[in-house]
Amino acid sequence: MQVSSSIREPLVTGGKTYKDVTNDVSRQVEGKPTLSWLLALGGSLVVLLLGSLALVATLWEGIGMWGLNKTVGWAWDITNFVWWVGIGHAGTLISAVLLLFRQKWRTSINRAAEAMTIFAVICAALFPLIHMGRPWIGAIWALPLPNTYGSLWVNFNSPLLWDVFAISTYFAVSLVFWYIGLIPDFATIRDRATGMRRTIYGALSFGWDGAAKTWMRYESVSLILAGLATPLVLSVHTIVSFDFATSVIPGWHTTIFPPYFVAGAIFSGFAMVLTLMIITRKVFKLQDYITIGHIELMNIVIIITGSIVGIAYITEFFIAWYSGVAAEQYAFVNRMFGPYWWAYWSMMTCNVISPQLFWFKKIRTSIVATFILSIVVNIGMWFERFVIIVTSLHRDFLPSSWVMFYPTITDVGVYLFTFGFFGTCFLLFAKFFPVINMAEVKAVLKSSSEKVVK
Amino acid sequence: MAQGTNYNLDQKFDFTAGLKKTVITVGVAGAVLLVLGILLGMFGGHGHEGDADHHAFHWSQRLFANLWINNVYFTGIAIIGVFFFAIQYAAQAGWSAPLVRLMISFGHWLPIAAVLMLGTFFIANHDLFHWTHSYVYDKGTETYDRIIDGKGAFFYWPLEKGTFPVFFIVRMILFFGFWVFFFNKLKNLSQQEDLHGGNSYWYAMRKWSAIFLVFFAVSSSMSAWDWVMSIDTHWFSTLFGWYVFASWFVAGLSAITLFILFLKDRGYLEMVNQNHIHDMGKYVFAFSIFWTYIWFSQFLLIYYANIPEESVYFIERLSSDVYGSFIYVNIGLNFVLPFFVLMTRDSKRHGVFLKLVCTLILFGHWIDFFLMIQPGTLGHNGGIGLMEIGLLLVYASAFVLVVLTNLSKGNLIAKNHPMLEESLHHHI
Repeated sequence: MQVSSSIREPLVTGGKTYKDVTNDVSRQVEGKPTLSWLLALGGSLVVLLLGSLALVATLWEGIGMWGLNKTVGWAWDITNFVWWVGIGHAGTLISAVLLLFRQKWRTSINRAAEAMTIFAVICAALFPLIHMGRPWIGAIWALPLPNTYGSLWVNFNSPLLWDVFAISTYFAVSLVFWYIGLIPDFATIRDRATGMRRTIYGALSFGWDGAAKTWMRYESVSLILAGLATPLVLSVHTIVSFDFATSVIPGWHTTIFPPYFVAGAIFSGFAMVLTLMIITRKVFKLQDYITIGHIELMNIVIIITGSIVGIAYITEFFIAWYSGVAAEQYAFVNRMFGPYWWAYWSMMTCNVISPQLFWFKKIRTSIVATFILSIVVNIGMWFERFVIIVTSLHRDFLPSSWVMFYPTITDVGVYLFTFGFFGTCFLLFAKFFPVINMAEVKAVLKSSSEKVVK
Repeated sequence: MAQGTNYNLDQKFDFTAGLKKTVITVGVAGAVLLVLGILLGMFGGHGHEGDADHHAFHWSQRLFANLWINNVYFTGIAIIGVFFFAIQYAAQAGWSAPLVRLMISFGHWLPIAAVLMLGTFFIANHDLFHWTHSYVYDKGTETYDRIIDGKGAFFYWPLEKGTFPVFFIVRMILFFGFWVFFFNKLKNLSQQEDLHGGNSYWYAMRKWSAIFLVFFAVSSSMSAWDWVMSIDTHWFSTLFGWYVFASWFVAGLSAITLFILFLKDRGYLEMVNQNHIHDMGKYVFAFSIFWTYIWFSQFLLIYYANIPEESVYFIERLSSDVYGSFIYVNIGLNFVLPFFVLMTRDSKRHGVFLKLVCTLILFGHWIDFFLMIQPGTLGHNGGIGLMEIGLLLVYASAFVLVVLTNLSKGNLIAKNHPMLEESLHHHI
């Protein structure tokens, strides 16, 4: 028996029936592309093409096209890599961790968030790939493949290699999880379609028959995948943090990095989900499914993870002082007051101060404020990685090697390329795939109280 | 509430004389072991009182170190009770509605813990914390310690280093003061909900829970730096605060689970069934893995970078005859055991497995704190002997006595909790 307390706000508003759910979500899959969608796709493709110039230049000329130098050997590339991987955390967190915690509100947002995860991870993977310089023989460097290049063999002691395994596992599990969730919905669209569309969606739905037994298997597979994906959400960014924390660079080597990076990843991931969902719900008229209640809950996740990140910043800073290690103390003073002070204070303002505004109910239930702050958070999280990477490297152990890092147009262009790629993929997904998990929303349609008592 | 059922929501826990006697007997047995341990310490041969030792080891140092382990450990379990209560409200959890009274009752230990902690510090500060010796701050002398002098302000500000640790003491009082305040606030709101009903108390508790959680997020880390990390005064680790929290959390969850099973066995908490117990089992399972994650992250990063001022912490423990083997016991009891035993669904739904695993985990996390505190205070003079087991039993029995006494004073179930009906039909 399903019972709901009198304090449970409805998850779906507007008195929707099961049929309404199918109609509202299938509508844009079945309809003709709208003008705004075509314009947005056109814009993304232009960005993608412009960015491609930089990508081709990098592949043709080599990574000398970037602003890296002898001291700062990692800068925009790895900043972008960590930024995109971080964004890729929200999807699996929403679908796996929130499934384990029985958070029913996840059903309206999990589909799009998982799609975002997959595209973001692809964008992330691009950076280490092209940083190899000659990615066409990259498999020999990144995977333990027997080869005839002499003594070329992967370094199992390197967290960069662990990254290859962690991210590819995460990507594979996320993709399977996402696709399994899509199967019943593809079947729904198949059943409503005729002709060619019926054949395509029929193939995509793997012959789903909607039998009780099929649903049972679907549920148990979801639970098993959620159990597998939950440690993966933690492991991916943990290992990304190891890329830095295992080294002996002041500002990089600190034990709080693993959980703090995970919190930061969820923080930025939720911000990106908000940015995308606020647009999607408006354009596709899904306000009854992705309600203010959903936005408020996501904003609360942003306060929590933003505060965890804030505590981690302060902890690092305090321990640098407490440790008495001069190099460590200098690294933090240099971050705040050195030549990159503006990056540090942008990070502090965007990541620690701005999310605290969500303590005000007015702000966390305002669409406009949420949209702006979600972008602010992602700017802040980009600066966080830039601060960690560049400000720690640019003051080398030898003062004669102290330099600044200046990005080139190619650095900017490759970053732009990922935006174009991400936008194009997400728009194609939004048009041709159901953006909300119809089957799961139907399951929670009747699970809120009829009357909320304050 | 809970219509259509005949559960007695006004049920009170009856702390019978027989039960009280059992709990006290355990405490007395512990005290006897403790006294035996002390006598052994006083008269037992310390063969290695070599000339190399500056100051001969005194048995009281071991007693003080043990007092400190148990102070920190049981404070943790008590505050986790309040923390987990607050989490239920902040996260709008429904399943746990009949368990919240039990969780909050752990907080009754906090005022006692505060007195014990302050008292132990004033008596034993020099035996516990190297930074309390004023000679380390004497510039120009042989005993001067530049590193401790560098961080001395964290303990002594605004007074001169080596005098009276105002900042440290003020923090301790503030942490306990606010924890007790939030505990009382939440407890009183919950009791008023019993009397007056309505959803407004639930909303008030959610608000206060959120405020408490913010305070706890900061104070739990800082108290870990103060009370535990500063024992190894030279050493530092940014993750340490969360590591202590993780250890406290698993210990607290195990204690809550054991109390639930104990009350169920005696016929209380009728509406709590296998589904609720399964959820507690999942928490213990999941956060045991979380603790391992934190423990391993800290270990791996220090091991990998191999910077002497950091790695000394683990070298001191791993290469010690006294503590080396306990590192493996720690990982075995707190990770391997819950990971394999609580993996299956059935083991989380049947009391017998949970009783075994939670008891061992409670001991395992005590060992975790033992490993944090003894090497830095006692060095090679530490170990687990009669004194350790005895004092642990004394503290455990006192803690159980306080919790059960206070539990018997009110309703076991928050009868007007707006989620009670949901919890009644909880099925997983």
